[in-house]
Amino acid sequence: MAKITFNLEDGSAQTIDAEDGEFLMQEAVNNAVPGIDGDCGGVASCATCHVYVEPEWLAATGARTEMEEAMLDGTFGVESNSRLCCQIQVSEKIDGLVVQVAGT
Amino acid sequence: MSIVTPNAVNTPDIRMSVPTEAQLADRARIYAMPLDELDPGDPQAFENESMYWKFERLRAEDPVHYTPADKSKYGAYWSVTKWDDIIKIDTDSVRFSNIAGGVALNVPGSNPSVDRLAGPNPTPEQLQAVRERGTPSLLNMDPPQHGLHRGAVSEAVSPANLAVLEELVRERIGKILDDLPIGEEFDWVDRVSIELTAMTLATLFNYPQERRRELTFWSDVMTTDPGPGQVVETREEKDAAQRDFLAMIGRLYEERGAAEPAMDFMSLMAHSPQSKDFTPAEIYGDGVILLVGGNDTTRNTLTGSVFALDRNPEQFEKLKNNPKLIPSMVAETIRWQTPLSHMMRKANEDVEIGGKLIKKGDKVAMWYVSGNRDDSKLENPDDYIIDRKNPRQHLSFGFGVHRCLGNRVAELQLRLTWEEILKRFPEIKVIGNPVRALNHFAKGYESMTVVIPSRY
Repeated sequence: MAKITFNLEDGSAQTIDAEDGEFLMQEAVNNAVPGIDGDCGGVASCATCHVYVEPEWLAATGARTEMEEAMLDGTFGVESNSRLCCQIQVSEKIDGLVVQVAGT
Repeated sequence: MSIVTPNAVNTPDIRMSVPTEAQLADRARIYAMPLDELDPGDPQAFENESMYWKFERLRAEDPVHYTPADKSKYGAYWSVTKWDDIIKIDTDSVRFSNIAGGVALNVPGSNPSVDRLAGPNPTPEQLQAVRERGTPSLLNMDPPQHGLHRGAVSEAVSPANLAVLEELVRERIGKILDDLPIGEEFDWVDRVSIELTAMTLATLFNYPQERRRELTFWSDVMTTDPGPGQVVETREEKDAAQRDFLAMIGRLYEERGAAEPAMDFMSLMAHSPQSKDFTPAEIYGDGVILLVGGNDTTRNTLTGSVFALDRNPEQFEKLKNNPKLIPSMVAETIRWQTPLSHMMRKANEDVEIGGKLIKKGDKVAMWYVSGNRDDSKLENPDDYIIDRKNPRQHLSFGFGVHRCLGNRVAELQLRLTWEEILKRFPEIKVIGNPVRALNHFAKGYESMTVVIPSRY
């Protein structure tokens, strides 16, 4: 179990308990985190789970996948800390992670 | 050779859980056809919606289906009809190319603006080459070039810019609805669907609002095979209209480039650091895609929402009792309508899909309209259920790097329209059946007569 905090577009924040081994997008959708839609079902092909990872967490969340990279290429508001959270796997390594929802 | 079977019966009404006798007769006719004559792209079947029976049969009997060249006016092509196979292809821009795949299943040589790219007096080989490629645009490019074109314009439809547009769109739809007659028949397509989407397009192109219907006309031209009764009846008419659009896009690009940067498509493109390398044909092609993408898709879904809610009154009651369902209803309508029935790809190498070998160079149609009715993925997919579980999971926007750029603009217009309708009208009655478009790509309605009995 990992505690993950989503800073939301309206300025508020929502913290969820995410299951180890699951992908962050699915856990966010299960907890109805606003702005995380996950339309493509988790294959990095819709960019509706775009988040900005707080810089100190970048190493723990890992590198972008190839498909994710291609998808972010045509997405708006992409920054160096942009991730599609359907590609971030939950583990104790990211317990306490804070991300900003980019909005889709 | 034409393989169009004359329609024994017309089945223009909406398909419900229990089909009508006419629909069942159509179904029997389609199930009796030899499989290799079942050309899913035949536009006539889209006019009476009998294509749903073709796809139902294909999903069960031949989910990855080959139509040979002599059985279709489009030449040989594959039809992919199941949800999972469609996603597999759509997200694989390495093995499946948008270049030369074209956008829609086209009759080779039917697009004069493409032929012109071959230059004056082209050889047959030159003509063949440009016809294969089609108009270059962000929709028939592959990565990494595609990203440059998409990235140049995407900010126009970013969440931040849409937030700015929201009040404007709400005000416009309010005015359109306030001007509608009460107790009198009128055409919903013309008075509401076209009117609103044309206004939004004019804003996104920063085109004069009083000339917005020119954009609607051009968009219709682009998706129409010339023919009697169509918006352009001859190749020459289509060519002339495409030339006008080409000139207009060129002019806008010049003007916006000389002016201060703004948030409209052509300004963003003109000021993008990458666009100095774009060719005039690419700028025109991008313009066509942004135009068509923002036009009949939203228009037809808006009409479809009124139609579907009329034919499913219990769903309309649900919506009236709980307006919070509007976003979910919008997503369900986008699935149910599937405003673009398919997209094309071309195989870069031999690929096995669903047990069939798609050869390098083969054309492939991904039939979103079929995948969205795939009962191995969705429960009761033929039913219109506004509070369906996971309504946003549908194929209508496509997946992968070419996923619909303007999906949020579409959802915004539909959501705001219904928020404003529910404030004003207890009911919108559809009179008779809508006239569907003779179009196997842009799936929609020519006209739909309605009456609004009263206002609140």
